[in-house]
Amino acid sequence: MLLSRLSEACGVSGDEGEVREILKEELSGYGELKTDTLGNLFVRKGAGRKPRLMLSAHMDEVGLMVAGFEKSGLLRVHKVGGIDDRVLVSKPVRVGKNRVPGVIGAKPVHLQKPEERKKAIAIDNLFVDLGVRSQEEAEKLVKPGDYAAFAAKTRAAGDNCLTGKAFDNRAGCAILAEVLKDDYPLELTGVFTVQEEIGLRGAGVAAYSVYPDLALVIETTSASDVPGTSEAGHVTRLGAGPALTLMDASFITPQPMLDLLVRTAEKHAIPYQFRRLTTAQTDAGKISLAHEGIMTAVISVPCRYIHSPVSLLNLDDWHNTLKLVKSVLQSIVEGGLPECASY
Amino acid sequence: MRELLRKFSEAYGPSGREQQIARLISEEIRECVDEVFTDTLGNLYAVRRGNGAKVMIAAHMDEVGVIVTFIEEKGFLRFSNIGGLSPYVLLGQKIVFANGTVGTVGMEKLEDIKKLALDKMYIDIGAASRDEAAAKVRIGDIAVYYRELTIAGSRAIGKALDNRAGCAVLVNALKNLDRTDNEIYAVFTVQEEVGLRGSRTSSYRLNPELGLAVDVTPVGDTPEPPAAMDVSLGKGPAIKVKDASVICHPRLKELLLDLAEREGIPCQLEVLQSGGTDAGAIHLTREGIPSAVISVPCRYLHTPGEMADLTDMENASRLLKTFLTHPLEMNKIFPCYLT
Repeated sequence: MLLSRLSEACGVSGDEGEVREILKEELSGYGELKTDTLGNLFVRKGAGRKPRLMLSAHMDEVGLMVAGFEKSGLLRVHKVGGIDDRVLVSKPVRVGKNRVPGVIGAKPVHLQKPEERKKAIAIDNLFVDLGVRSQEEAEKLVKPGDYAAFAAKTRAAGDNCLTGKAFDNRAGCAILAEVLKDDYPLELTGVFTVQEEIGLRGAGVAAYSVYPDLALVIETTSASDVPGTSEAGHVTRLGAGPALTLMDASFITPQPMLDLLVRTAEKHAIPYQFRRLTTAQTDAGKISLAHEGIMTAVISVPCRYIHSPVSLLNLDDWHNTLKLVKSVLQSIVEGGLPECASY
Repeated sequence: MRELLRKFSEAYGPSGREQQIARLISEEIRECVDEVFTDTLGNLYAVRRGNGAKVMIAAHMDEVGVIVTFIEEKGFLRFSNIGGLSPYVLLGQKIVFANGTVGTVGMEKLEDIKKLALDKMYIDIGAASRDEAAAKVRIGDIAVYYRELTIAGSRAIGKALDNRAGCAVLVNALKNLDRTDNEIYAVFTVQEEVGLRGSRTSSYRLNPELGLAVDVTPVGDTPEPPAAMDVSLGKGPAIKVKDASVICHPRLKELLLDLAEREGIPCQLEVLQSGGTDAGAIHLTREGIPSAVISVPCRYLHTPGEMADLTDMENASRLLKTFLTHPLEMNKIFPCYLT
């Protein structure tokens, strides 16, 4: 299954090569493939047709970077992207080009002072343990600047769910790959972007390069239907279908785009929900402001425990998100682009 | 100016949903410019053709607001903010949606008022159930303060003077503009309050030689003001030196000061610690665009009781008009840069 392969690949922001290679292999023969200087992968179909659409999904995941060595051979690390320090302790990782196995370590509970036990261990007091005896041995395995990615196998769980790492946003990548296998009577460029988690960096240059008439961002967003949150505070709910973004810190969905998504979902009886959080950012922030402005919307797969070593998604949601993206393309083929307001 | 401000202030137009205010402005300016058009994001452009310098003047037309994120079973609306909006200011306010639905903002029981936050608050539109509420308001709909403009002497009190005061100044200047060689692009921009977004795409599109933003500035003339700054209501438009988004081009700033002095227009200098304006986005567009800002001093920003002085606005409009009809010869303004 493509989603499992993508999920299990290492691809922390700035080091998306392994993910990109899987996608290139998967999509060879389905369009013109190109990789730009930042590492964004473009798959273009139907060049020269009108209108020109861009679909994007970011390939990168959050993780760690090796910053230095202890004499003992333990690695000092920095976070790459937004991670809650509390989820790091005792998690397996794979480090560097050779995917050296390691574990995130900390001072053991027995040696912690009572006040230390009350607090989460901050990244400064965490290290990655490769199981070596000295700095010299560690230096033979990894270098400063090497990335450490969470290591987790993708597994089936419960009622048509999957657990695994980096579903944010390999779930989106897998959807985009499936969409690109179909043909549509328009110019379609799928872009697998880099460095979203550290500031939407790949998407801006990608949108500048493609300059589409309309863009759709395929994402993964928090499902927070867990104890301790009110119903109104559930960002999204697992199993309730693809999530439509109203706005976030980087972007406000234009009304015509929101109407297009809702109309399409209702026409095809695809369940959908609105994302109830208006903060955080996605590639849409950069894409919508490229050139003279681009009509953009975001469709997300709801997913629990994102930005952690193991997350959980519902495959019905994934399939419904895929269906919605394809149906939106169909709506545009049949009804044209949504109209911008003019006064 | 007073009636223009009343019309603009009372209009609906939060960031991302500027159609209604844009339509009003469009109707006002259609007769006095050569062309009016819009773009993907909803920016409204008004053009006066000419053979001289290509100048872009930006006045953002969006205002802060609240967006519905959830409708409760009993018909209460949960919401989030669009732009900088204090929960303390919002509490108890009437707000209005694009379709005219009015609501009031309430809060859950709180032990400590210091814990007031938007997620403890809700909008009540008088609906008794989710279905009844959903018939009037959809998730994603956006509301703004509901407030009529009041005139108190030379001063106006109302909502969204940030930046409908700037819009009124710019429209007034366009209506009274004398003949000029300058090619003038007045842009009523969108989504300034959420990050200078409309000015970024519109300045990229136009690629002007000069940029000028017309916006409001906070003042330092109230008791224990939020920021120490030497700008007062009633002392004329403020010529911005800097804010957190831009250091205005010194030559343009001086040109504005010279023109104000020549015309006998009172003005003041604005040094603003925090906050930004459209000039922040414009001056970094493409290869860089020299930019400046004319500000209307305004008290109580982002509240429904913002206050500005109509005389300041008249003077801002005069200064803007003088600037736009001045022969803006680039080699004279920037002798050291362009030789």
